[in-house]
Amino acid sequence: MSILDKHHIIEKNASYLLIGSLLVVSIGGIVEITPLFYLENTIEKVEGMRPYTPLELKGRDIYVREGCYACHSQMIRPFRDEVERYGPYSLAAESMYDHPFQWGSKRTGPDLARVGARYSNEWHVQHLIEPRSVVPESVMPSYSFLLNEELTGNLMEEHLRANVAVGVPYDEAMLENAKADLFAQADPDADTSGLEERYPKAVLGDFDGDPARLTEMDALVAYLQMLGTLVDFSSYDPTSGYR
Amino acid sequence: MKFGVETMIVGIGAFLALLAVAFAQDKAFESHMWVLFFVLLCAAVVLLRRSSFTTAGAVSADADTSGYFDEVIKYGVVATVAWGIVGFLVGVIVASQLAFPDLNIEPWFNFGRVRPLHTSAVVFAFGGNALIATSLYVVQRTTRARLFGGNLAWFVFWGYQLFIVMAATGYLLGITESREYAEPEWYVDIWLTIVWVAYLVVFMGTLIRRKEPHIYVANWFYLAFIITIAMLHVVNNLSMPVSFLGAKSYSAFSGVQDALTQWWYGHNAVGFFLTAGFLGMMYYFIPKQVGRPVYSYRLSIIHFWALIFLYIWAGPHHLHYTALPDWAQTLGMAFSIMLWMPSWGGMINGLMTLSGAWDKIRTDPIVRMMVISVAFYGMSTFEGPVMSIKAVNSLSHYTDWTIGHVHSGALGWVGMITFGAVYFLVPKLWHRERLYSLRMINWHFWLATLGIVVYAAVMWVAGIQQGLMWREYDDQGFLVYSFAETVAAMRPYYILRTVGGLLYLAGGLVMGFNVLMTILGHVREETPIPGSQPVMQPAQ
Repeated sequence: MSILDKHHIIEKNASYLLIGSLLVVSIGGIVEITPLFYLENTIEKVEGMRPYTPLELKGRDIYVREGCYACHSQMIRPFRDEVERYGPYSLAAESMYDHPFQWGSKRTGPDLARVGARYSNEWHVQHLIEPRSVVPESVMPSYSFLLNEELTGNLMEEHLRANVAVGVPYDEAMLENAKADLFAQADPDADTSGLEERYPKAVLGDFDGDPARLTEMDALVAYLQMLGTLVDFSSYDPTSGYR
Repeated sequence: MKFGVETMIVGIGAFLALLAVAFAQDKAFESHMWVLFFVLLCAAVVLLRRSSFTTAGAVSADADTSGYFDEVIKYGVVATVAWGIVGFLVGVIVASQLAFPDLNIEPWFNFGRVRPLHTSAVVFAFGGNALIATSLYVVQRTTRARLFGGNLAWFVFWGYQLFIVMAATGYLLGITESREYAEPEWYVDIWLTIVWVAYLVVFMGTLIRRKEPHIYVANWFYLAFIITIAMLHVVNNLSMPVSFLGAKSYSAFSGVQDALTQWWYGHNAVGFFLTAGFLGMMYYFIPKQVGRPVYSYRLSIIHFWALIFLYIWAGPHHLHYTALPDWAQTLGMAFSIMLWMPSWGGMINGLMTLSGAWDKIRTDPIVRMMVISVAFYGMSTFEGPVMSIKAVNSLSHYTDWTIGHVHSGALGWVGMITFGAVYFLVPKLWHRERLYSLRMINWHFWLATLGIVVYAAVMWVAGIQQGLMWREYDDQGFLVYSFAETVAAMRPYYILRTVGGLLYLAGGLVMGFNVLMTILGHVREETPIPGSQPVMQPAQ
């Protein structure tokens, strides 16, 4: 008597069918996803990673809000052409503070994982205002409205606290100075010693061409300018990343 | 007073939305709550007007005597057709934006905001309504029981429409988690969870009160789809809101864990929403329309369990060569290739149900629609495993090939089987002798098929060319093309792809007209399709 002949037991009991289906569909996820949370080699040991500065985090929120992932990846694959085009292939460690990840699945535009420090602030602002004025072939929409949206710093500390709740190691000093740091990073006259100590390698200065105002353009450009610049590759041993 | 409690609940909801507007922590949330307020206000007004026309306990003249709860399914069918047309239209718009970037209107109608509107409109609004409506129809017919829970089915329908409206307006306002096919923010996710649990209760309750000893195979697929989507939705959308009255939240997981959780969800939105649920549709509507039993009972058992077991593992093939550990990538690829077999098991079971009735492809345009749908299912479930092979994926990933693959599955399989089911359901639900026009189904069939063929073929060429240009080296060992040059090379394909989408949209409009005229009770004078009616015998 084949096992198939016993199937009528499940077919006659809706609860068995429900529980059976749920059990069967649970297995794959448990086997594939859970180990990523406890296997220590999932995230490479690197030097230089730190949480986003408040301004970078705001910029990232704008990147998320505008759905940039629909056309831009942030994941360089380990192929000769990608490494030559974009820079060293992406490590898991580089997105360890990304809630959510923005690796993307489509490159209508180029990968942005290491776009930081490649272009000037002025180039980015011009490109976001009118993409085809700097890249004639581009099909990117215009984002000039970002210049008109001023940041208030409202809820900045709460944004950081929400990140702490999901595991980003912002410390007390970072939380306390959240709003001040937000404004200081894009203000050429501000005292940024505390900010630089809390967030090494933070790119400072006015980003959108108007030092008097802090806009969403400042935030987005600040985020783009730090993408892929944190990890120190001179101290990274690639063989330790095999897993 | 009929709908008294309902009106009150909706009214309180509208008031709460207004309060949320007043105390909103950010502009986006405030705008979103205005939307919610006006939607609920309109709903309350509509409910109030209805209650004044009907007294409690009165039986309306056109009450259904079949014992089945079909009124909500009528709404579901209309919603399916309407959202379908909206989804296809937005698809044509985003396709045009890629070909003609000046069509982007910042900030609300930029590609990045409209693209999720397109994907959600077709997957969740069109596909979701089709699944809810057909599952509630099929479960009643195959269990010979009325829907469980009475008005709970109305809650499921209207609750789901509210979810769609909130998700769609949210994207345009910039309220998104930017995780593919799971874009709605935390409060919209919570609402969907409530609606979905109600849906499970209605479906499961109906199964439990069934009068048939056996649970028919279509219901296995529908049940697996409902419970799996519940699991995926809840786990993948775990997130931490910044504030109780603010739109923004941060995903519970980060980086590599977030990526795999998201694609475990994303691929199984395809596997369970767009496949298992629609297989349930196939298992009811094809045998009914063809008038033949399902080809193989044993095959349906094997391919059901194999399909739901294997699909869950396939997520990592969206993350080949990324920072996801290799072991997970390899596992995902292996299971994706194995998935080919149960997928084709479904295709074989669907197609072979036509054994002995193959002539109906010639004579019955609805059968033709269903058959090409299953054929596209077979095609795209073969293409999928091929693309999940790492070597192939290294070329295809990040290119328009993926977009083409998704569309041959979504337009071909999901779209066509839904059209077939809609054409089957409309005359039955509205008690019409037949559809307004059978010849217009034929028009729809050819417009849609031609649209898919144009779309898929153009995207293959575009994707493969793009992938090859990115990795093209010259004799000196330099990259030949800048990225901008590869963008420029895509232009003709993006224009042609828009044409394919327009053809498919035109087919959708033909369906909309046909369904509308049928509901209104018109019958088109037309020559019958050759062979569709028995040949008259000469009188003795």
